[in-house]
Amino acid sequence: MTTMTVKGSRRRGPGAFRRGLRRNLTAYGFLCAALICFAFFSWYPMVREVLLSFQQTNFVDDPTWVGLENFRTVTEDSAFADAWLNTLAFTGLALVFGYVIPFVAAIVLNELRHARAYLRFIVYLPVMLPPAVGVLLFKWFYDPGAGLFNQILDLAHLPALSWLDSTDTALISLVIVSTWMNLGTGTLIYLAALQSIPSELYEAAELDGAGIFKRVWHVTIPQTRLILLVMLLLQIVATMQVFIEPYLLTGGGPENATLTVAYLMYQYAFNFGDFGAGGALGLMLMVVLMVFSAFYLRLSRDDQS
Amino acid sequence: MKSPKLSMLLAAAIALTAAGCGNDDSGSKAAETSPSAAGADAPVTISVGCQPPKSNPLERTAWDEDVAAFRKLHPNITIDSKDAFPCINPDTFQAKLAGGTMEDVFYVYYTDVKKIITAGQAADISPYVGSVTKLGDLRPDVMSIFKEGDKVYGLPRNNYSMGLVYNRKLFTEAGLDPAAPPKTWAEVREAAKKISGLGAGYVGFGEYSAGNTGGWHFAASLYGRGGEMVTPDGKTAAFNSPEGKAVLENLKTMRWTDNSMGTKQLLQWEDLMRMMGGGKLGMMIGAPDVVQTVNNDFKGKFENYGVTALPEARASLNGGDGYMINPKATPEKIKAAMLWLEFHELTPGQGQFDYARSKQQGRPVGLPIPDLYGDTAPGKEITELRKTNATVPVENFTPFVEGSATIQNKLEPPKSQELYAILDVPMSAVLTRQDADIDKLLADAEAKANKVLAKSS
Repeated sequence: MTTMTVKGSRRRGPGAFRRGLRRNLTAYGFLCAALICFAFFSWYPMVREVLLSFQQTNFVDDPTWVGLENFRTVTEDSAFADAWLNTLAFTGLALVFGYVIPFVAAIVLNELRHARAYLRFIVYLPVMLPPAVGVLLFKWFYDPGAGLFNQILDLAHLPALSWLDSTDTALISLVIVSTWMNLGTGTLIYLAALQSIPSELYEAAELDGAGIFKRVWHVTIPQTRLILLVMLLLQIVATMQVFIEPYLLTGGGPENATLTVAYLMYQYAFNFGDFGAGGALGLMLMVVLMVFSAFYLRLSRDDQS
Repeated sequence: MKSPKLSMLLAAAIALTAAGCGNDDSGSKAAETSPSAAGADAPVTISVGCQPPKSNPLERTAWDEDVAAFRKLHPNITIDSKDAFPCINPDTFQAKLAGGTMEDVFYVYYTDVKKIITAGQAADISPYVGSVTKLGDLRPDVMSIFKEGDKVYGLPRNNYSMGLVYNRKLFTEAGLDPAAPPKTWAEVREAAKKISGLGAGYVGFGEYSAGNTGGWHFAASLYGRGGEMVTPDGKTAAFNSPEGKAVLENLKTMRWTDNSMGTKQLLQWEDLMRMMGGGKLGMMIGAPDVVQTVNNDFKGKFENYGVTALPEARASLNGGDGYMINPKATPEKIKAAMLWLEFHELTPGQGQFDYARSKQQGRPVGLPIPDLYGDTAPGKEITELRKTNATVPVENFTPFVEGSATIQNKLEPPKSQELYAILDVPMSAVLTRQDADIDKLLADAEAKANKVLAKSS
């Protein structure tokens, strides 16, 4: 319908186009403002970052082109492999926890008959905490001496854990923080998707004798397939850029066990003053994320068709 | 879902990349212009960083008074003060420089000076420093921080060397004599054991191991034991040595055999300060300025702390801060900057050394910092003024002053931040893993450091 109207208006000549433009002036104004903001704050820095990764600059003189030198610098760094492995492990673990738990939480909330609004608020509450506050709160929870988690383990007569202070548990501890902080948003999005499923489908399934697991498997998951795909991609894109947790909690340690690509990038740019190398790392991360995005677009297109 | 963290870095990139390619050379380059070209007494305005923030009213009042007094002496110079706390944030340094908002006279830590010089991000002020009358009296080791060959790139504001900061109150509680702090590492171990024996939550000796601070303190301990971070030519790592091994072994023993270092590790700069201020940490490596920070920002009380020389020390890592000049500053601005820095940072009895005023304001006076002039005439004058106007128990810092007299001050190694990042790994290993293999850790770190150093040479 819309396409036909546009085609029709085009046939009516430039006068109609101008009229259309005038009629929608306010809308275009809003669009321009958004586009300018995006161009200035998102796209331009991205383009500059790409250029920067092939340059050496001191921000005083003209930058010099150094070809792939910055890429060589970062790939020859022994921390490079650690950072990528940790990032992939973090993303994988964050998917296991951060992808499944909010979905399950949403299903549970959706099934509830009482106190739903109250519980929704409780689940969403952590999102309202500034990330730094949430992270630092966990720093106290993880304290191996008087921390909350070890106190709980102690009450349960279980041995205390080193949490952030051990190469075995540090990364997973960061995943827990990240999952907790983002649980609310994920749950809310899933909940919205669940509520858009026609109730007749569930009723029909119930009539066919389907229990809760069968209903989830045969109705909920197929009906929310698209949102599940979107969330999967967003989750991957967001968790691969994990920075604030290692920055505030572990400084990349112990023994580089929580050094991530974004944290290494920060080290290059701000600790070592090598923005070119930092940019090169950023570009690599961006390329990887773009591959995921392309994969996602392909999947969602298949899904729509 | 998380908002993309990269956006933070990318946002910073807006400012820094914009000017990076724009090459907006509005000012003439200092090094290329003769100082004599500058017109005498023409009006000039210089922006100067590190004005104390409003949250620190006493220091801010003193600064503003100094600006007014300076204006009377030099009516043609306007000081445009820029406040910030902390005075420098490494995260924004490059962005400010790129975005053209860097002060004409900007504040730096010693740790960053060499990097800034190498990157060409500070003006060569050699033709102008002659106007600073006490330049020749400044400690040569301190001035060498701001020099590259014959060229001078900055002037110091503060200088200190590392020692051992300790909590006198806890010493007393643990049955130790606060007037006789440890002189050897064996004594440190004994004291730490007694302090941690005071009860749960008490930490005898605290040490950093994350965010590059572990490597920094490794260097301080290594220097103390007579070790070297790099070979004299700066091209190879030299810390995989008996001294380096001793640093790590000592920590490992204190952490796992003595159990005197607490269970929480991966500590960074602020953590030990907070623990010191909280009154449950017995000892840490640090300079006298630690006490100042613990007193000002972490609720510790001056009189509860003391500083002594680093145990068994042969050399001590130098630390401090100073000012460098924006490479885009005009000769007139650089000349004005020299006058201001001399007035405010380098003259006994004036500016930062106006101890009489500090005493009147009720600010702490008596810490053996800054130490810019050593034993020269201005140095003695400053020491005397400090003694006359002391408001803190000076005797708490006497062990440091006396012990440090014979200790050589040593600069940070080249590529310091990179090496510190590498050395965080062995530091965090010995403090978090009982079975850490020190030989392997040092060998690995050495191989990594050699790569970094080979690249820089």
